[in-house]
Amino acid sequence: MASVSTPARRAAAGSRRAGSRRAAATDRRRSPGGAGWLFATPFLVFFTLFLLVPIGIGLWMSFTDASLTGHGDGVFVGLDNYTEAFGDSQVWQTLGNTVWFTVLTTVPLVIVALVMALLVYTGMPGQWLWRLAFFASHLLPVAVVYQVWSMLFQPDRGMLNSVLQTFGMDGIAWLTDEKFAMWSIGLVTLWWTVGFNFLLYLAALQAIPDHLYEAAALDGAGAWRRLWSVTLPQLRRTTALIAVLQVMASLKVFDQIYLLTKGGPNGATRPILEYIYDTGFTNYRLGYASAVSYVFFGIIIILSLAQLKIFSRRED
Amino acid sequence: MTVLWLVPFGWGVDTSFKTEVDASASGADWIPKAGFTLDAYRTILGQGNLPVWAVNSVVIAVCVTAITVTISAMAAYAFSRTLFRGRRVLFAVTIASIMVPPQILIVPLFRQMLAMNLVDTYAAVILPQVVAPAMVFILKKFFDGIPRELEEAARIDGAGSFRVFWSVVLPLSRPILAAVAIFVFINTWNNFLWPFISTSDPQLMTLPVGLSTVKDSTGLRNAQESAASILGSIPLLIVFMLFQRQIVRSVATTGLGGQ
Repeated sequence: MASVSTPARRAAAGSRRAGSRRAAATDRRRSPGGAGWLFATPFLVFFTLFLLVPIGIGLWMSFTDASLTGHGDGVFVGLDNYTEAFGDSQVWQTLGNTVWFTVLTTVPLVIVALVMALLVYTGMPGQWLWRLAFFASHLLPVAVVYQVWSMLFQPDRGMLNSVLQTFGMDGIAWLTDEKFAMWSIGLVTLWWTVGFNFLLYLAALQAIPDHLYEAAALDGAGAWRRLWSVTLPQLRRTTALIAVLQVMASLKVFDQIYLLTKGGPNGATRPILEYIYDTGFTNYRLGYASAVSYVFFGIIIILSLAQLKIFSRRED
Repeated sequence: MTVLWLVPFGWGVDTSFKTEVDASASGADWIPKAGFTLDAYRTILGQGNLPVWAVNSVVIAVCVTAITVTISAMAAYAFSRTLFRGRRVLFAVTIASIMVPPQILIVPLFRQMLAMNLVDTYAAVILPQVVAPAMVFILKKFFDGIPRELEEAARIDGAGSFRVFWSVVLPLSRPILAAVAIFVFINTWNNFLWPFISTSDPQLMTLPVGLSTVKDSTGLRNAQESAASILGSIPLLIVFMLFQRQIVRSVATTGLGGQ
């Protein structure tokens, strides 16, 4: 019975086949495989050469005693570099500094950005001017940030201390006192980078639909109530995103610390990336520097996965 | 708050118009005793490598931006609009690589540049910076949103992949292309670590790297350093003022706005 093919069935099957042939033809026309490769290749070449290959080289080097001055690829030393890294107090100290810097900067960089964006969004005229004022510092090269702030921070004739003195307070050794150095760097970082988070918040605020506010107003909600019950909940995803991006960015701190304190005083501000840099480029121990890099990379991956988990759960 | 934010800018500008004596005087005197002067600018422009660094910065930022936007847009088109073998895997690898902190690559990259004999060349500064997986992701997301019908209409008219890319996708993507270009330009212009490591010849330095060497070599010359800093900052501030709208909009449209 199943083998009997009636003309009607044959016709139906035939048209199905023709249909799928037509679909296949459209598919081919819409998305020719060769063209896809052609378009992707330039990027993939650069991606392979300057991202995948160095990742591989770095991983390989971390198992050797490669040095910047040495010849060849160095001698394979197995896990020696990693064992050394875990026992190296410098790794732990600079990692501690990095984490401390991250904690110190992330909270104000989220809160100040939010407050600024709220102030600017809620009815200040000339928005573009505020945008420029807050974002402009983000556009400065790090060397300029360094130049301006090293003037402001000068202990005997800097502006910050003059201001303190006019209020009858003692001047502070902003960058040279172990107690203050990291806070000073945090202050510079806040001033320098808050503009980006500010823009993210501003964009998110502009995307909140007006009818939510109208509904809240109809229910008799005052300004504070609207802020707590409409604005802040609507900004939750943005806040999560900014926090994640900020933690990642702060963990990678190097430039401003390298310029302002070179990691001092007494290593109090030295981040792990500076330790990697010093190990590789000042002491020429590329193999060991790579191993420390990969330990740090591992920590970053774990942290990002943990953050993803926390924030994706909160959204559910 | 805005005033507080602008004080460091103001101080820098103010200092650049002082004599060196006033610039190193103690305290927060906004009005210098010897009056305002353009001497610092004259000196900086007259001697030193600032103009060379500025040219290097422009050349490098323009090259990186042009190459990055071109190859990222092409790759994003391939990932978004075509089906080729390995597409999903390659895209997944590209996305995953966003997590790699570029700083850990400096050691192997430097080694690679040594091996390729590229240290102290423009190529060494430019090439590693054109890999921007995040930009590919942003562009792909935008391309995904372009209606299929437009593409199909072009196909029926006999357009091939290249024509669809060039005449349909790119013109519709101008805002996002501008945004990506601006982001890449800003990042490249201000990038410090890689140009710092890959160049030692002052003739090849970019502005941020060059400026950071000024202090070491000249000691305390606040007015000149401020003047140099201001000259080094102006180009980007102009770019931002011109493209403010695109930058803010791009933050929103790239989904970074959180919606």
